[in-house]
Amino acid sequence: MSLAVELRGVSFGYRPGQRVLEDVDLALGEGEFVAVAGPNGGGKTTLMRIVLGLERPSEGSALLYGEPAHRFAGRRALGYLAQRSQVGGDAPATVREVVSAGRVASGRLVGRRQPDDRRLVDEAIHRVGLDALADAPVRTLSGGMQQRAFIAKALAGQPSLLVLDEPTTGVDAESQESLAELLATLHADLGVTIVYVSHEFGAVEHHVERLVLARRTIVFDGSPRDLPGIWHDPGHVHARE
Amino acid sequence: MLESEFMRLALAAGAIVGVLAPAVGFFLVQRRQSLFGDGIGHVAFAGVAAGILLDVSPVLAALVFAVLGGIAIELLRARGRAAGDQALALVFYTGIALGVVLVAQAGALNVDLFQYLFGSILTVTRGDLVTIALLGALGLAAITLLYRPFAAVVIDEEGARVAGVPIGSLNVALAALTAVTVALSMRVVGILLVAALMVLPVSAAGRLAWSMRSSLVLATVIGFGSAICGVTIAYYADLPPGGTIVLVAAATYLVALAVTAVRVR
Repeated sequence: MSLAVELRGVSFGYRPGQRVLEDVDLALGEGEFVAVAGPNGGGKTTLMRIVLGLERPSEGSALLYGEPAHRFAGRRALGYLAQRSQVGGDAPATVREVVSAGRVASGRLVGRRQPDDRRLVDEAIHRVGLDALADAPVRTLSGGMQQRAFIAKALAGQPSLLVLDEPTTGVDAESQESLAELLATLHADLGVTIVYVSHEFGAVEHHVERLVLARRTIVFDGSPRDLPGIWHDPGHVHARE
Repeated sequence: MLESEFMRLALAAGAIVGVLAPAVGFFLVQRRQSLFGDGIGHVAFAGVAAGILLDVSPVLAALVFAVLGGIAIELLRARGRAAGDQALALVFYTGIALGVVLVAQAGALNVDLFQYLFGSILTVTRGDLVTIALLGALGLAAITLLYRPFAAVVIDEEGARVAGVPIGSLNVALAALTAVTVALSMRVVGILLVAALMVLPVSAAGRLAWSMRSSLVLATVIGFGSAICGVTIAYYADLPPGGTIVLVAAATYLVALAVTAVRVR
């Protein structure tokens, strides 16, 4: 299996002497559905920022599809839902407008949308089940529906790697389960590599093939079946250590 | 009113700036950079002063200063040399201080300077109008071409950055567009009020719109209406046109607030 992500001996600190990540080795194959969990402040978001090339490791190397992540040329194939994704500004952007924003990197940067853009936007909205709400302002939707709109935005760019950072923050339990099922369906249908980052496994634990527990370094990496009982609550990663 | 050429020129200049200022301001407001236009105005003031001192066109000098100032702010922010508002403050206050020093050197603390500070739409000449029309058309064409990437950055800047959208270049383009708009609007509403025409119609439109695109279009309609109504009211009531245009835009915002309140009920 070829690798989508490869971190070798990655260490990182925002300030000298304060390491957020220490000697992290992580390899994610193409087409995997992986959950990365750990306590708040455990370096998960930083880890993903390094994976996506938004930060460069202080030590070690980060590769995306074999290229240095910060210089990765195929960025249009990356989908990212940042922590607490919400529409910026005051203008009431509709679901369709948000999803269309996902075509900007993949299609023509300037000028009008192309017919292909429209088709892919409609398809992405359909995949996340928001057809009936396509022209509704995103702000009027529930937290779970808003996350679906942002997932559709990422899908519109036809990503090969989709990273979701804490996608269930502020989302009720029922919507979390529904979101996990949606991701599992997308993974099965599209074969996209999905990295789901959260402080808890929550609903996604039953859908992923692999769990990674991070607390400054990787403390567990394997099948959910092999996870020691106490670690089912990632908050315990801290206590265990 | 229309039999006077100076009024025809004033209305035409007001209409162009009334459309352009909110169109550019739209993206600043959505990115929580409402005061960017105001700050660029401070830098433009230094340009006006330099123009008077060096005996070149103050508008041209203001345009050059404003574009360079806007790009400097973006570069300072992008390279992490200063946080967003600190970069803004650094360039703005340097601009106004430089303006004060240059004005004193030129001995120009007089009516000539005041027309740039508060606007002098009634003295717009045919030559001025040609410049305003050409640069205005260029600005609107740039916004039309760059609408989608600008909107993508407003909607989700981090997601756009990861997907390889050239955020830095787009920010510099928006800064340059803001600078051009400020330089053009100086004759219409003046340096001190230019930001109001970039922000108030956008804020009003945001209350009434049903989508991002409709918000942008409504903002330009309100800007256009404010300019035409403002110049007309100023003509009949013998008021300063720049201030009147901005007061009409502010009144539109209050009306939009009232409409929203009624809708909620």
